[in-house]
Amino acid sequence: MFRKLHEPLTEAITIYVDGAPVAAEPGESVAAVLLRQKEAWSRTTPVTQSRRAPYCLMGVCFDCLAKVDGVASVQTCLTMVAPGMRIERQQGKRSLSA
Amino acid sequence: MSEVDLLIVGAGPAGMAAAVTARQNGLDVLVIDDQPAPGGQIWRSVETVAATKRGALLGEAYAAGQASAAAFRASGAVYEPGSQLWQIEPGFRAFVTRDRQARVIKARAVILATGAQERPAPFPGWTLPGVLTVGAAQILLKNAGEIPEKPVWIAGSGPLPLLYMTQLLKAGGRVAGYLDTTPKGRLMAALPHLPGALGAMGDLLKGLGWKAALKRAGVPVVKHVAEIEAVGTDKVEQLRYRTANGREAIVSAEVVLVHEGVVPSIHPPLALGCKVEWSDVQACYVPVLDSWGESSQDYVFVAGDGAGIAGAKAAELRGHIAALRAAVKLGRLGEGAADERAAPLRSSLGRELALRPFLDTLFAPRPQVFAPPDETIVCRCEEVSAQEIRDLVKLGRPGPNQVKAFTRAGMGPCQGRQCGYTITHILAQAENRPPGEVGFYRVRPPLKPVTLGELASLDQQEPVA
Repeated sequence: MFRKLHEPLTEAITIYVDGAPVAAEPGESVAAVLLRQKEAWSRTTPVTQSRRAPYCLMGVCFDCLAKVDGVASVQTCLTMVAPGMRIERQQGKRSLSA
Repeated sequence: MSEVDLLIVGAGPAGMAAAVTARQNGLDVLVIDDQPAPGGQIWRSVETVAATKRGALLGEAYAAGQASAAAFRASGAVYEPGSQLWQIEPGFRAFVTRDRQARVIKARAVILATGAQERPAPFPGWTLPGVLTVGAAQILLKNAGEIPEKPVWIAGSGPLPLLYMTQLLKAGGRVAGYLDTTPKGRLMAALPHLPGALGAMGDLLKGLGWKAALKRAGVPVVKHVAEIEAVGTDKVEQLRYRTANGREAIVSAEVVLVHEGVVPSIHPPLALGCKVEWSDVQACYVPVLDSWGESSQDYVFVAGDGAGIAGAKAAELRGHIAALRAAVKLGRLGEGAADERAAPLRSSLGRELALRPFLDTLFAPRPQVFAPPDETIVCRCEEVSAQEIRDLVKLGRPGPNQVKAFTRAGMGPCQGRQCGYTITHILAQAENRPPGEVGFYRVRPPLKPVTLGELASLDQQEPVA
């Protein structure tokens, strides 16, 4: 859906999206990385399980929620990437254990 | 519990300016912000990006943020980025989470500089992946150097789509077409306000410059677009639109960017019980403030676009002005000195505000923004349709809070930030009363999602009640 202005990435780091290694750049948000993936979505809704992707990028829509390093319902547009970060797309309701 | 003279919420133009002035007057200042770096949305990532090639294509108004951020950094205010404010109560006690740790901050005065958000403008298919706001796309460009892969469709009204398209073209991106949703006759309606706006001639010329650049680049423009629909199953595949003249088209699309103006962020002032009033021209609530930006609640100030949309320059001025008054009220500055220092700031602010009646009239949202078709999801979080809201009206004369209780609209993680105004408008139309009388959701804590773990991390020594 989206692409970087410059490829390859400078100072690339690796993060994991649903277990798969993905290149990212220090200083960018996790939501920005998700929007570059072939499957450019972040979660499915609790009510109808339909797919959602980052929409507002400024912290007011909550459609970019995903599980980050084991914590569910994290706003990925407000979360900057870090080496080795593990992102899981959030499926439906988040579980209480998270 | 940390205790400060002044808590500033938000590190955009208003919050940073307020911090600088408050510090100059000897206040002990804490600035919290949910973003990772200072600058707010307008100057997102400005410290790292302004001096780069990407910074150059974002333009002068963006680069100007670098000096403001530097002054803020040097001000001596304590700055805690990545902080989520999820409750604020009189006293003042602010409940904030940072790095998964919650705590209570006590402050004698508060400046809310929480800015604005893009006006929610629901249409069928607006929840599909691939639909984003124009502001979102611009943040992706600023923060991540990222642009739509394929030629992008842009639908909306106002200065931001024009600015973003010129930036996108400079960056090497492509625009499939611009669906201008500004209704017919708006320019004629706005013209009487033009003489008043001439003081801000520079900004008007800038806008005309963007239009000229788009024309030169051959961007296809469809005028007076009244309705749009994003079509697809798991993501956007097509975009359907209809003009006021009834001209319809379906085009293939992967990314659709939408924008129908911006509205003040009112959740924090509402949480503190600040009085707000309905603005007919901006079709939103605006906090009731005195000439210093102080709200109906003593010691609570609102500065920046949260005080009413006026842009970054006005935001900085309002930040300085509010901080002067806070310094007076906290006994660090005499009233006479504050008046003297505020005078030149006030005249600059007057010049900035002079442009607003013209812009607000020219870009007043099209009526369809507030009357989405029945099948449209209006509450993105709880997936409640416009039809469900309209059906409820048959039961009586519900207000937003009854609608919330019956349908869960407004109860999801966004806490009504995306559906609040739509619910207000749908009820106003169906019940034939003015939106200002219908009102808005009662804002309840938490303002942002909090985990049980974070709640449990609150210092046990604190009396929480």
